[in-house]
Amino acid sequence: MSNHSEAKKPLSDRRKFILNMARGVGYAAIGGMIWSAYLDEAKASSLILRPPAAIKENDFLKICIKCGLCVEACPYDTLKLAKPGDNMPIGTPFFTPRKTPCYMCEDIPCVPVCPSGALDESSVTVDGHLDINIADMGLAVVDKNSCIAFWGIQCDACYRACPILGQAITVEYSKNERTGKHAFLKPVVHADACTGCGMCENACVTEKPAIFILPREVAMGKAGNYYIKGWDKKDEARLKDAHAIQTTTNISRKKAVDKLNVGFEGLLDE
Amino acid sequence: MSKIWNSYRYLILRRFTQIGILVLFFGANAWGWKILQGNLSTSEIFGIIPMSDPFAVMQMLVTGVIVATDLLLGVAVTMLFYFLIGGRAFCSWVCPINMVTDSANYLRRVFDIDRAQLQKQPISRNVRYWVLGLSLIVSAVMGITAFEFISPISMLHRGIIFGIGFGWAAIFIIFVFDLLVLKNGWCGHICPLGGFYSILGKFSFIRVHHTEENCTLCMKCKVVCPEKQVLYMIGKESIPVLSGECTNCARCIEVCDDDALKFSIRDFIQNKKTGE
Repeated sequence: MSNHSEAKKPLSDRRKFILNMARGVGYAAIGGMIWSAYLDEAKASSLILRPPAAIKENDFLKICIKCGLCVEACPYDTLKLAKPGDNMPIGTPFFTPRKTPCYMCEDIPCVPVCPSGALDESSVTVDGHLDINIADMGLAVVDKNSCIAFWGIQCDACYRACPILGQAITVEYSKNERTGKHAFLKPVVHADACTGCGMCENACVTEKPAIFILPREVAMGKAGNYYIKGWDKKDEARLKDAHAIQTTTNISRKKAVDKLNVGFEGLLDE
Repeated sequence: MSKIWNSYRYLILRRFTQIGILVLFFGANAWGWKILQGNLSTSEIFGIIPMSDPFAVMQMLVTGVIVATDLLLGVAVTMLFYFLIGGRAFCSWVCPINMVTDSANYLRRVFDIDRAQLQKQPISRNVRYWVLGLSLIVSAVMGITAFEFISPISMLHRGIIFGIGFGWAAIFIIFVFDLLVLKNGWCGHICPLGGFYSILGKFSFIRVHHTEENCTLCMKCKVVCPEKQVLYMIGKESIPVLSGECTNCARCIEVCDDDALKFSIRDFIQNKKTGE
């Protein structure tokens, strides 16, 4: 019994300190895991339309300090800060074109006020002047199934609403074979001119808009650099220094086997 | 009337600045006032003087981005300002959560919850420094300003200025937590921003000073103090409150009937021997 109580000496302060720290680390690890899981979800929402001149979404989430100065500068109340419950990264600015599109102010008041660089003035500046027409907020996408112009009903609401009239959206004529005497007037979006302002989405007459804005990373594919437009001199120039790359593998080192004709040489002679 | 003023003067002034700042921010968004634009994360005074939340910028730094000069300038202004008036003066004079937790704390006294939960507080006040460290680690790992995405402080001030959404739920939870679970739970134990300003406040200029000769040991100051560990010297020593955890809320000064506590400028030279 006495031996037993001798063994239970009070813990040294150093030992207590280390154990307490270890417990703190344990709590922190669990807390950090839950916290990280939440953040991972929070930053995963990719269908957000940012103000003009916004940098890439990943960097935007790091750099935007959520001060709302862009929101205050917007004269049309287009921009909003994401609230809890909006299912978007909290406190960051966004706009919903169906409610209020970006009216593409020439002086772009929302961009120069940004203190953090999350809205990059240089990306909408040409020759020292702000130019909203080169903004890339998103890209208009047409759903051919619900767009009534594709049905043959005459509608050019989006075409008329487009602030870069005749460039970002053009109307393509084709014969309506069903009636034989009418034309389809189909809207076509051109990605190089479209800024993603959303005036078309706002103007669209269908119940749920048949033309809508998506972030460019979502709306656009990417051909990669394997394919060359042979008819385009500039693109063709990429071939100038190109050289063939020969790869040799175990299989390609041997000659191809002619399975169709090999081994039957004698048969025909018989 | 002068009795009321005397025992609530700083409280009234604090509510005035807290609400006033929010009104100015709100007006900037709603009616285009140019006095104070933005919110507590980053603001512009008269469209010229920048102020930025140093803790938010710190989280930004650890995600590995290059921070804009405007923000660094804003951080410098904020740090200088709170260096002068006391680090956690932000907590008691500016932060809107202070009104939430103060009212929870008041109700604790009204309903005698303090007495019912007399046992030792279940968690340490140092938790805030752990949360502070964790904020930076999670920010670095996740590449996102971790605390800014869950901060109820931002949810409230941003919510009041730009629309709150479900943010009220977070505020309500903090109120209930402070009221029923842990006295001074959020502001005094968990909030990493408070922890950050505590560290800054260690070096700050304006401090509460105690005059032991005047003290009658009524302990009213310790009852109202949200960080009562900083008042360990009451009735013992005539020294200033040097702990950065003091929020400079001045409740202790106004409840003191004996003129034993007052604001003063910190004596950096410290050549006097105290208690001699």
